[in-house]
Amino acid sequence: MADEQKPDGSAVPPPAGSEAPKPAPPKPAAAAHAAPPKPPATMVTTPWNSDVTQLLTERFGGAVTEFSTYLGQNFLVAKPDAVIPILETLKLELDFDYLVDITAVDYPKRAERFEVVYILYSFARNERIRLKTMIPDGHRPATAVTVHLGANWLEREVFDMFGIEFEGHPDMRRILLPEEWQGFPLRKELSILHQDDVWVQENLGIESGQ
Amino acid sequence: MPDATFLDATELVINMGPQHPSTHGVLRVILKLDGEKVIGTECVIGYLHRGVEKIGENRTYQQFAPYVDRMDYVAAVSNALGYCLAVEKLLNVEAPPRAQAVRVVLTELNRIASHLLWLGTHALDIGAITPVFYCLREREEVLKIFENYCGARLTTHAFRIGGLQYETYDGFEEETKKFCDWFIPKVDEYERLLTHNRIWVGRLKGVGVLNAEECKEYGVTGPVLRAAGVKWDLRKAQPYSGYEQYEFDIPTCENGDTYDRYTVRMEEMRQSTRIIRQAIDRIPSGPIMGKVPKVVKPPVGEAYVSIEAPKGELGYFIVSDNSTQPYRLRVRPPSFVNLQALDRMVRGGLVADVVAIIGTLDIVLGEVDR
Repeated sequence: MADEQKPDGSAVPPPAGSEAPKPAPPKPAAAAHAAPPKPPATMVTTPWNSDVTQLLTERFGGAVTEFSTYLGQNFLVAKPDAVIPILETLKLELDFDYLVDITAVDYPKRAERFEVVYILYSFARNERIRLKTMIPDGHRPATAVTVHLGANWLEREVFDMFGIEFEGHPDMRRILLPEEWQGFPLRKELSILHQDDVWVQENLGIESGQ
Repeated sequence: MPDATFLDATELVINMGPQHPSTHGVLRVILKLDGEKVIGTECVIGYLHRGVEKIGENRTYQQFAPYVDRMDYVAAVSNALGYCLAVEKLLNVEAPPRAQAVRVVLTELNRIASHLLWLGTHALDIGAITPVFYCLREREEVLKIFENYCGARLTTHAFRIGGLQYETYDGFEEETKKFCDWFIPKVDEYERLLTHNRIWVGRLKGVGVLNAEECKEYGVTGPVLRAAGVKWDLRKAQPYSGYEQYEFDIPTCENGDTYDRYTVRMEEMRQSTRIIRQAIDRIPSGPIMGKVPKVVKPPVGEAYVSIEAPKGELGYFIVSDNSTQPYRLRVRPPSFVNLQALDRMVRGGLVADVVAIIGTLDIVLGEVDR
């Protein structure tokens, strides 16, 4: 698997004190993983400065941990609790009124395992940004449906594929997979050949991975 | 949903699909009815789910390219263009000008083919049998060009990361030009059949209205958004593949109803022809492949690249961990997001309109379910 060699070093070196308030395990675990002398391959980003970053820094201060640009694409990293207020501010004050996509990335070796990515676009500014947040397994981030109605299905898909439940979502069910399916396919520990073998056997009458 | 119904009768819940001729694939819609009025819907999707994103994580970048053709299978070339652009972005390379021009020609031809299939089946759903034969006849000519170019008609795998696999065949330019000249009168012919047709107008005008605000709220893009009056097209807003060199208009309408979406798509076919004509005259000579290593290993990083597919914004979000396979590959399918607005569009309308509205959304279930 491709992620085996992946150094735990994340794309985002968290500044001191920015660790989530979640209890004990994260820190030591992360330190242990970071130990191997392999040069950490990280995303080479440049800082991003604009009126957007200014307003958000002013408004949210330490809740936003990073403003960066990679390949000309701007993104910011925020703490999970600040995501919805930031989306709101972006929509109402900065014209980012089109929620393009919500998705997630699984980094099983990190303490905060999932990276939830919100892609936003502004028609008025013709600008696209990404908002990212890291959450541990089991954390229930607040739903974005309150800000963008279109988040409904997108969040359901994230739940379907990663098992991230969104707090306050009006209809948190699977969307693409069958209701009785076990497991979340896009988590890295599930191989492509063996997902829900029992379901496949019962309903399709074939061995999985056939 | 209201508890008491208009007629004070019991609500009727009926099931439409997944095996229904007008759902364009395996879409299942559960309709809650009061008489003939729709008071609620629920879409059940996923019948065609193949786990494309998981497959992407388990294939190399080149190996995955043919898979993207199987999402929106009536616009395979557009899917491939989006994917190739996304990987090229991660690699920080650009396709050479010749490859870009050929890509534009093929993508616009594919837009025409996709719109033709939409028009034919949409008209068929409404009860007009004739247009589908005409549309498939014209679409055949596009598919012949694809076949001559790369040997495949539907799932073409026409592009490669960094450019093109094949040089254009002898007579590609002439054949494409001939097609353009021949095609425009055909669009007029469809319009003569439909645009002022009383039944057509009666079935479409004022049906399934989705205004600009609602479109933005749901993230609906493509012709549906333009029919609501938003002059937004990624080919103009954030040009890729050299679209900035070509002159074309973004057709828009005002009401955002089914009829407007029809008008917008008809005009888009004409505009595509316009782009093809310009591009074909300007195909520069030169290489067709950029400097892409044999083994594609983009540096650690991530990128979101989107294009204007026939159905709307098609985006690829790829995370690379400097291996030969994507660490995460997310497809932002226009059909999936657009379908979400179905409920808003059909509520309060009639059952018969549901068919018209599904048709006008122009969804492809292969892309909705992935």
